[in-house]
Amino acid sequence: MKGLPRLFAIIRKEVRQLRRDRLTGGMIVGLPLLQILLFGYAINTDVRYLATAVADHADSHLSREFVARLRQTQVVDVVGTTDGSGGLEAMLRAGEISIGVLIPTDFDRRLLDANRSAVQLLVDGSDPTILGVANQLREMPLSMTPAMSRANQQPEIEVRPYYNPERRTPVNIVPGLMGIILMMTMTLFTSVAIVRERERGNLELLINTPVTSIELMIGKIVPYIAIGLIQLAIILLAGKLLFDVPIRGSVLHLYLAASVFIAANLALGLLISTAAKTQFQAMQMTVFMLMPSILLSGFMFPFDGMPKFAQYLGEILPTTHFIRLTRGIMLREASILELIGEVYALALFAVAAMTLAALRFSKRLD
Amino acid sequence: MNDNFAIQARGLTKRFGHLEAVSHLDLDVPRGRIYGFLGPNGSGKSTTLRMLCGLLTPSEGTARVLDTTVPGNTQALKPRIGYMTQKFSLFADMTCEENLQFISEIYSVPAAERRPRIDELLERYDLKEQRKQLAGTMSGGQKQRLALACAVLHKPELLLLDEPTSAVDPQSRRDFWSNLFRLADAGTTIMVSTHYMDEAERCHRLAILDRGQKAADGTPKDLLSGIRMHVIEIESPDTAAAQAAIQPVQDVKSLTQLGARLRVLLPDTVAEPLDTLRKVLDSKGIEASVHAVAPSLEDVFVTVTMKDTGDGK
Repeated sequence: MKGLPRLFAIIRKEVRQLRRDRLTGGMIVGLPLLQILLFGYAINTDVRYLATAVADHADSHLSREFVARLRQTQVVDVVGTTDGSGGLEAMLRAGEISIGVLIPTDFDRRLLDANRSAVQLLVDGSDPTILGVANQLREMPLSMTPAMSRANQQPEIEVRPYYNPERRTPVNIVPGLMGIILMMTMTLFTSVAIVRERERGNLELLINTPVTSIELMIGKIVPYIAIGLIQLAIILLAGKLLFDVPIRGSVLHLYLAASVFIAANLALGLLISTAAKTQFQAMQMTVFMLMPSILLSGFMFPFDGMPKFAQYLGEILPTTHFIRLTRGIMLREASILELIGEVYALALFAVAAMTLAALRFSKRLD
Repeated sequence: MNDNFAIQARGLTKRFGHLEAVSHLDLDVPRGRIYGFLGPNGSGKSTTLRMLCGLLTPSEGTARVLDTTVPGNTQALKPRIGYMTQKFSLFADMTCEENLQFISEIYSVPAAERRPRIDELLERYDLKEQRKQLAGTMSGGQKQRLALACAVLHKPELLLLDEPTSAVDPQSRRDFWSNLFRLADAGTTIMVSTHYMDEAERCHRLAILDRGQKAADGTPKDLLSGIRMHVIEIESPDTAAAQAAIQPVQDVKSLTQLGARLRVLLPDTVAEPLDTLRKVLDSKGIEASVHAVAPSLEDVFVTVTMKDTGDGK
């Protein structure tokens, strides 16, 4: 059997080339770190200090106390005052403020009347997050006397946020980000690695040797599986150290799930490499796959909130299934067996893409 | 099929869309010889070589390469042929030695034989100094020697070389050819494409390719004696005037300026060619010496490639 030594020869060659390729080497470590920092710090749905202006027509003891309590929530940051709804609207339009607080002259009397609202919030609805935060402000008790407030304070439905009680965004982002980073790097590396050999003419040499297509493909993939697992470790460590993202389930299960996911993306990369003629095309195709993976996988927007059609598209993407696995294992302490359906979906994708790639990748130039 | 031939092709054709890159090519390449493939860029040399080693599927026709039929399963053929691509196709980011090591592994050279074989090749192809140098940083001549070393590492019976000397200096070309003769003497069949006349002249046999078609083939000697042209050189102090005078002459098939000389091809059906030209020059009052010379392979090339267009002027 000469196949196995040939396979090892290709793997050794790939590793040797990877070691010399500083840029790729840097990307293996740099890309996940950069992304986790960007996403971890920049994406924050837990909004604080929204620029706010107040138009206080009442100018009473109670209204001033109300504004002071608004400030205490830390949700708003009162940056100015103005003398009417017109002024607030102008500031909203100019983007100077996100929320305008309009306190009517009869504020004190309205407070006592349960049927009338006492304060009007003018909210910049062009940003859905701000609108959501403003809605939370509605829950804030207005009544000042402790006796009255007690009765109002208890909401009728109590929400207990399981798995992320502090509602910290990184806890939600990091498990999903693992999927995005692995998808991007794995698909890109493999597709570019093969297209580069074709561009440089190496492939013309290789296909004239006894090396078979399968040996060539597997030999190219194996080193990248190892790289994917290294990247996973980087993301997990950075998530833990920088954002205190918990890993409640088994790390072994997480790695098992990631191995299948990596295989699926490498197969996708191979498939792309059979279609792309230049490295640039390979990158374009990877980005083409990356966009839906970010938008439709449940990473950015809740999967259940998407239209049915978008959900079907999302189900095709490996990232969707992997994000369900990582969130399940890392946050909900689920076992991989409880989520085995997602693993099957990933495996199915890997086998399908690999088969297609093998069919398309012939040892010929035409 | 005759066993004396390493390659026999019949009606080999390759079309890319509407373009016929190679058209009904018949070839007989004898074993243990250097067979040249002469033609300008785009004449179908590379396409033919690629079809012969199974890289491209012929649109029509078949070939017998060693004892394998093309098109067909060429996998069994791979260990028996060596192929050198036109463009340097080894790994630029690996050292000279690492490239040889890799090639020896994928050709399944037994582990014990690898080391001595690689050392032997480094020595033979004068690459000992470059052993640890990255292939991408080597000179054109060194790259070419490395490519040849890799192509012959597994001791192939048949060597296909696609314009191996197009990127190297004259001295490297001479060394390269002496290496080829050594390989041929050891029994390797070599098929080499080129667009250099001097290289074509050194082959045992050659085929001239023109726009995908075989214009002529044979030994260089056969081709030279079969030219059926008078080759005449005109030396004149006023070459421009001489050229203007000769150009309109009915029978002149080709007129090439070589410094102060003009090289003229006239069909051998023309009686008294020297007198014909002298008369023309005298009538214009141009001072010139006219004499017949031996044909070169370039004259053959010009002659056979103009047949197809009907008019070489």
